[in-house]
Amino acid sequence: MPAVNIENLRVAVTRGGPEVVKGISLTIERGETVCLVGESGSGKSVTSLAAMGLLPKGSLEIRGGKIEIDGEDALAASPAALRRMRASKMAMIFQEPMTALNPVMRVGDQIDEVLKEHTKMPAPEREKRVLDILEQVGLPDIARVRMSFPHQLSGGQRQRIMIAMALVLEPVLLIADEPTTALDVTTQKQILKLIKDLQVDHGTAVLFITHDMGVVSEIADRVYVMNHGDMVEDGPIGALLRTPQKEYTRKLLSAVPSLVPRPGREKPQKAPVLDVNNLEKIYGATSLFAKAAGTRAVDDVSFNILPGRTLGIVGESGSGKSTVARCIMRLIDPSKGQVRIDGTDIVGFSRQGLQPHRAKFQMVFQDPYRSLNPRLTVGESIIEAPVNYGISRTLAMERARELMVEVGLPADAVGRYPHQFSGGQRQRIAIARAVAMEPKLLVADEAVSALDVSVQAQVLDLLDRLQRKSGFGMLFITHDLRVAAQICDEVVVMSRGKIVEAGPADRVLGAPSDPYTRSLIDAAPGRDWDFANFRPMARAEGA
Amino acid sequence: MASETTPIRARLRLPTHLLRPGGGGFGMVPMIASVVLALIVLAALFAPFITLHDPVQMSPAQRLKPPSAGFPLGTDAYGRDLMARVIYGARVSLIIGIGASICSVVIGLAIGLVSGFFRYADAVVMRIMDGLMAMPSVLLAIAIVSLVGPSIWTVMFAITIPEIPRVVRLVRSIVLAARDEPYVEAAIAAGTSLPRILWRHLMPNTFAPLSVQATYVCASAILTEAILSFLGAGVSTETPTWGNIMAEGRMYFLIKPELIFWPGLALSLCILSINLIGDAARDILDPRMARRKE
Amino acid sequence: MRGYITRRVLATIPVLLVVAVFVFLLLRLTPGDPAAIIAGDTATDAQIAAIRHNLGLDQPIVVQFALWVGQLLHGNLGTSILSGKTVASLIADRAPPTIWLATITMVLTIVVAVPMGVLAAWRHKTWVDHLIMSLSVLGFSVPVFVIGYLLIGLFAVDLHWFPVQGYTPPSQDFWAFLQKMILPAITLASIYVALIARMTRASLLDVLGEDYVRTARAKGIAERKVLFRHALRNAAIPVMTVIGTGFALLISGVVVTESVFNIPGLGRLTVDAIFSRDYPTIQALILLTSGIYIAVNLLIDLSYTLLDPRIRY
Repeated sequence: MPAVNIENLRVAVTRGGPEVVKGISLTIERGETVCLVGESGSGKSVTSLAAMGLLPKGSLEIRGGKIEIDGEDALAASPAALRRMRASKMAMIFQEPMTALNPVMRVGDQIDEVLKEHTKMPAPEREKRVLDILEQVGLPDIARVRMSFPHQLSGGQRQRIMIAMALVLEPVLLIADEPTTALDVTTQKQILKLIKDLQVDHGTAVLFITHDMGVVSEIADRVYVMNHGDMVEDGPIGALLRTPQKEYTRKLLSAVPSLVPRPGREKPQKAPVLDVNNLEKIYGATSLFAKAAGTRAVDDVSFNILPGRTLGIVGESGSGKSTVARCIMRLIDPSKGQVRIDGTDIVGFSRQGLQPHRAKFQMVFQDPYRSLNPRLTVGESIIEAPVNYGISRTLAMERARELMVEVGLPADAVGRYPHQFSGGQRQRIAIARAVAMEPKLLVADEAVSALDVSVQAQVLDLLDRLQRKSGFGMLFITHDLRVAAQICDEVVVMSRGKIVEAGPADRVLGAPSDPYTRSLIDAAPGRDWDFANFRPMARAEGA
Repeated sequence: MASETTPIRARLRLPTHLLRPGGGGFGMVPMIASVVLALIVLAALFAPFITLHDPVQMSPAQRLKPPSAGFPLGTDAYGRDLMARVIYGARVSLIIGIGASICSVVIGLAIGLVSGFFRYADAVVMRIMDGLMAMPSVLLAIAIVSLVGPSIWTVMFAITIPEIPRVVRLVRSIVLAARDEPYVEAAIAAGTSLPRILWRHLMPNTFAPLSVQATYVCASAILTEAILSFLGAGVSTETPTWGNIMAEGRMYFLIKPELIFWPGLALSLCILSINLIGDAARDILDPRMARRKE
Repeated sequence: MRGYITRRVLATIPVLLVVAVFVFLLLRLTPGDPAAIIAGDTATDAQIAAIRHNLGLDQPIVVQFALWVGQLLHGNLGTSILSGKTVASLIADRAPPTIWLATITMVLTIVVAVPMGVLAAWRHKTWVDHLIMSLSVLGFSVPVFVIGYLLIGLFAVDLHWFPVQGYTPPSQDFWAFLQKMILPAITLASIYVALIARMTRASLLDVLGEDYVRTARAKGIAERKVLFRHALRNAAIPVMTVIGTGFALLISGVVVTESVFNIPGLGRLTVDAIFSRDYPTIQALILLTSGIYIAVNLLIDLSYTLLDPRIRY
């Protein structure tokens, strides 16, 4: 008997709305890890919520099909029976471990609650069991952790708590919905290993939902690929990665950026467009009551970018990489150091003094849904800067139409509003806005991180093409080493506000000398697999 | 069995659907509320044409008369026509409601924008607003009116002042949230001047919530005016206002409760319909609903 | 923790100062001679001159403010024109009925409003929810004095269940005290109940959409426990905030309610002071109520530390 058997499941928007899951089937055997892969809108998360009986009431409903967990029909079960099945037969962990835990309840109590609800264990036994499971998920100092509130733990620790809570009753099935997406790569690696280890120990079936092919290649036994509510293809991991049958799967795999750095380009013999010297940003030291020290978010950072070249800053959350970008854009004021743009140090300037120089450096933001004013037409957003610098509206709008075509959108898109575009299209518009002033420097802060992998590749292509054409220097901030490898000539690795390693991309990513850089590269999921060519990496094959 | 229970359930659901304020478009309840409010506004506008008597004309012979053809709602202690007085009373309430909501929204918007965008102004402005919030609005209004003297403008001023901090707080919270939006940062990067960022990127965010807030201010102002009149600290007692009519009717409450009932009903209906329209507007404009639709 | 409390307490000082400035300026910026206003309509020129000198009104305005605040800090709220007594003793005399009324109303409100809001949120979009929300809009819209007279007309005049008006101290006759307090308390509670029921519902609905509620359901926790153990405590902070800011409504309501039910409390003192243009008393009452409002909201702020472990500093 399989741990899970889903047959012909159909889920639709309530009151006769469209189907978002269109008759999919899926089985998972005990002790097996199955990955459900798809881009946003594929219906993968809806499928998992349907299995748990947690579809949001009043907005999604099951239209038909069958879900059996350990032989028990979950769709026919009464609410009380379904509730008993949860945690004891099926459990779930979520993407965002901070919001998934109750902020005002001690984490030990949140685990204990599961035991209280589903077993008749006496209190001392429950306490023992809680400590035991905390130990199993590899948490340190379990007596203290048990009494902690979620905000006192790190992201990785919180996800461990979620896993402990899910596995404390040894369910048949664990559903993990993008459980590592919100975590840093090094933490991700540990969590993936933990899930794998626990699965081996307990024989749990795991349904792992993810968009990340790298993660899939690390943990899956079998893979299901979904697209727009349809099941595209399924198969054992090796076969699917080597010989995908369907066009969509091939496309998905080809879009995964390679970890192999781009071939080096010739260095131009020109003065740098951006020259950062001893940049420092300290937060919270100005307040009268705060401790004198403050937080050193950026500490003695120096680098420069030549025209037509791309420098990537990579690092985990809290490394200070975004702060560097914001200091350079003067969205925040640096505490110390120099930022020379095209030869002019902009740190000392007042708002007014900076005004004439603003046009030379422009930015592309991470979230394409929030970086365009929803109340202005796309054209209005694009011509904002040119009009500020004295170009006539008609001329600027004419240029905006040309830019639209240049970034791959119809010219008449300038008259439409942001909500009429997809995320990828909006990011193209944001890029058009940034290059409208023909800047010398383009700062892209996680500019492709919010996009699906296939769209990511297109946007990276666009940036590369525009750079070849107009020769701007680019500062590219990212947490994703694959993306960095695709677009950067030079790479700077940051950790805790400091640069730990810097140099040409092929050297830093290919032969890192710093242990932190090495650990980052080691942690990148799927590094042994060359997805775009449907084969293992040459190095791994040789070994 | 099922065929028997289903229609009953359906019938039971019917009134709840009607009660739901504004769910799914402009529902039944806000529609009725709008009609009621429109009637009150029309009555106030055309008061001279639809009343039978001058609202301040006293006739000692007609004191405290029951309803009759000549006096549809009867008369008060001075023999004045109660119906004419209630209809004319709507004028003061509406002028003050509309005036106070426009004034407090305009002033509050200006202060809130500045406070939300300029850190150095923020601390000072918000302390002043906190202080204003701490003073009970009715007491403050009473004090102002009793010091400056009872005119409709004093009353409007006295009612507007305590409403301003609420508007300021609302505007400020919206500006603070919007200030960190990437599209505002993009405007900064585009070299847009601060006043223009306020005007073009931040202020439009406040319009929807402010229009909802304006209806609540309007309802609250009408209520406060009535309270002031009722306590004898409002518009001069010669002007018929709903609060004044009730204040004068208090002494005769046991003999002639209509003197309190009719103006009370008019006042309650007026405030109720404005509140219901505000609720419906909020349901339609709620940013969270809008986000969910996206 | 202690840092948070200290900073909260210190933060009330500028607010109190702003209130004092407002109250002070209220009288000074009014057209006319403040001494004449304070002295009242019947005062002679000599009396006015004496008041002007006593209050230091012939000195620069900053000095006047300093003198006045100095008096306040010594507990001197001034002297009532109407009775010639000190305002402090007047307030002490009139405070008990108001304290009783406010306390009973507060308890009544929380006991009624919070369950109403919880019920409405739990039965979201059913007739229970719609009924409760409709009642709350009504409570919001019908003025306190209209509700007061409706209750008197129905329960006192027609049904004779309660006395029409008046007040008896509880020490004198507890039963009579209770009988006379019930209608005023219900009247005063109406708007407050509406406000808090609405907020409880809205806040709870927000929390019920949170990820950790989904987690609790995924753990197979019974819906009732999800509501009470996980949702309610997280929903409490916005509700507490509204209880605090809504306290201003309660103060305004007291003035009207005491007037309707003829209760000799601070509200009546206020109305009497208006009619007799007794400015020192009005000033003192505004200061006092603002101070109470600030204190109540400070206590509520401090109680957040018990509700939410994330608030530490």
